[in-house]
Amino acid sequence: MSYDLDQQTQTALFQYLLRLADDRLILGHRLSEWCGHGPILEEDIALSNFALDFIGQAEALLRLAGEVEDKGRSEDDLAYKRDWQDYHCCQLVERPKGDFGFTMARQFFFDAYDFPMWEALTTSSFEPLAAIASKSVKEAKYHLRHSGEWVLRLGDGTKESHDRIQTSVDSLWRYTGELFETDAVHDHLFSQGIAICLSGIEKEWKEIVLPHLTRATLTPPSEEGMVMVSGTRYGAHSEHLGHLLTEMQVLPRAFPDAKW
Amino acid sequence: MTVVNDSDTPEQLEAFQARIDAGETIEPKDWMPAQYRKQLVRMISQHAHSEIVGMLPEGNWLTRAPSLRRKKILLAKIQDEGGHGLYLYCAAETLGVDRTELIDQLHAGKAKYSQIFNYPSLNWADIGVIGWLVDGAAIVNQTMLAKTSYGPYSRAMIRICKEENFHKKQGYELLAQMMEGTKDQQAMVQDAVNRWWWPSLMMFGPSDKDSPNSKVLLKWKVKRKTNDELRQRFINMTVPQANAIGVKLPDPDLQFDEKTKNWNFGEINWDEFWAVVKGHGPCNVERLEARRAAHDEGRWVREAAEAYAEKHSGIKKAA
Repeated sequence: MSYDLDQQTQTALFQYLLRLADDRLILGHRLSEWCGHGPILEEDIALSNFALDFIGQAEALLRLAGEVEDKGRSEDDLAYKRDWQDYHCCQLVERPKGDFGFTMARQFFFDAYDFPMWEALTTSSFEPLAAIASKSVKEAKYHLRHSGEWVLRLGDGTKESHDRIQTSVDSLWRYTGELFETDAVHDHLFSQGIAICLSGIEKEWKEIVLPHLTRATLTPPSEEGMVMVSGTRYGAHSEHLGHLLTEMQVLPRAFPDAKW
Repeated sequence: MTVVNDSDTPEQLEAFQARIDAGETIEPKDWMPAQYRKQLVRMISQHAHSEIVGMLPEGNWLTRAPSLRRKKILLAKIQDEGGHGLYLYCAAETLGVDRTELIDQLHAGKAKYSQIFNYPSLNWADIGVIGWLVDGAAIVNQTMLAKTSYGPYSRAMIRICKEENFHKKQGYELLAQMMEGTKDQQAMVQDAVNRWWWPSLMMFGPSDKDSPNSKVLLKWKVKRKTNDELRQRFINMTVPQANAIGVKLPDPDLQFDEKTKNWNFGEINWDEFWAVVKGHGPCNVERLEARRAAHDEGRWVREAAEAYAEKHSGIKKAA
């Protein structure tokens, strides 16, 4: 399938779809690492369910990216045959899963961005993306509620849980900035009504996150002297991504002619 | 084995047996012999533990699933197994035990789970073979248990069987596709079948003559068929399926008997079975360690959830 797009838009849109897809693919992978190892059975099931939602979203986005690129690459080609340099996920999702508090703090930060983002994308002028957004926004709403509840329970639970999740909030904070970074790709798509206004999403993110942390008796760390992570969209990844992809891509890399 | 418990009078036992013989379903509030309750708790909790431990060998391939579609199928399958564990723990709770107690027994090494999950999942085709053979064997057993005399167990089985059937089809389809693929893929399937075939046959439990619980379970219609009958049914179903995709079952003695219409098969290595059941299988230690670690590392999370719920129910009461 090919779309009627001018070249600049086509290139930018391909890039943008990869960013959206890669965040979700890598986060889904991290969540799937909990499967069979959760703190309670109900939560084991919930985390697998989230993983499934994110991998499903990534699959739809990568398929669309392949169609936009129009070079015959499938969603699996894009997931399994791209090197780490060509991945565009943010470092927030690359972080190893840590303890349950770390996973939930990361999830809450991501969900508080994901939900308003999908909501805004439901009105994207690029209809296939708006269609994915309409489906994903329902999942994102549920994810945010769930991770938000765990932030409350852990923040306002026992001293141990409070201290643990506060440590995770502190260490993850510097990875949240790049969720809202814009560049020429984004600006061009925004001008076309395809992408959304990231500064608007950032404002919503803060409106969700800051009062919620207070309710959970947690405090955001001071940004004074903190160097926010930046530039991952352009290939400045952490060491963790290479390991993750080595594992994820092992079979299609080892047996390039095989179909699975 | 003593079937008659001191507190169960002969009249009660007779009336109970009459209900069973009349094909009635026993519900949680009904009177039941102490031994019936005990056997059911044993079976249902073993079954629940098997679902939970069974998540591990499959989970081993989640992060390496070779396509997004397969990754989604595998995640959904393992998630289903967790759900089955939940229903089954609930079914066991109707008999007056609680989940925490049962899980503690598992972690203490006092409760059993299916021996099959103590084998390693070594190549990607293992995922297909687990669906086809392991879920396939479980379905044969569970279809029989769907007619068990204890209501909550029977209802859980009906629901679980539907999902297991789906898993089996997905596993078989994965293998069929690999068998149509490259030589490497075909070799992976054959290797996986070679390793899982015999342990799958052992899933039905010891031969009838060595099965200590079978007699009373059949009398009370907890079980409706013997281990050997179920094993034979599974083999009869599976041989043609293996032939259809061109994979060889690793038993030179497999032969169709025109008279009985059964596939005769070779001797099962019961020494291996008992060794695995008694904790000496390839992965017994790892499986229990993984379960214990998840439980221990989750302790602070469970404590936090409890503390939070307590605090906030207090606030509501005060307000």
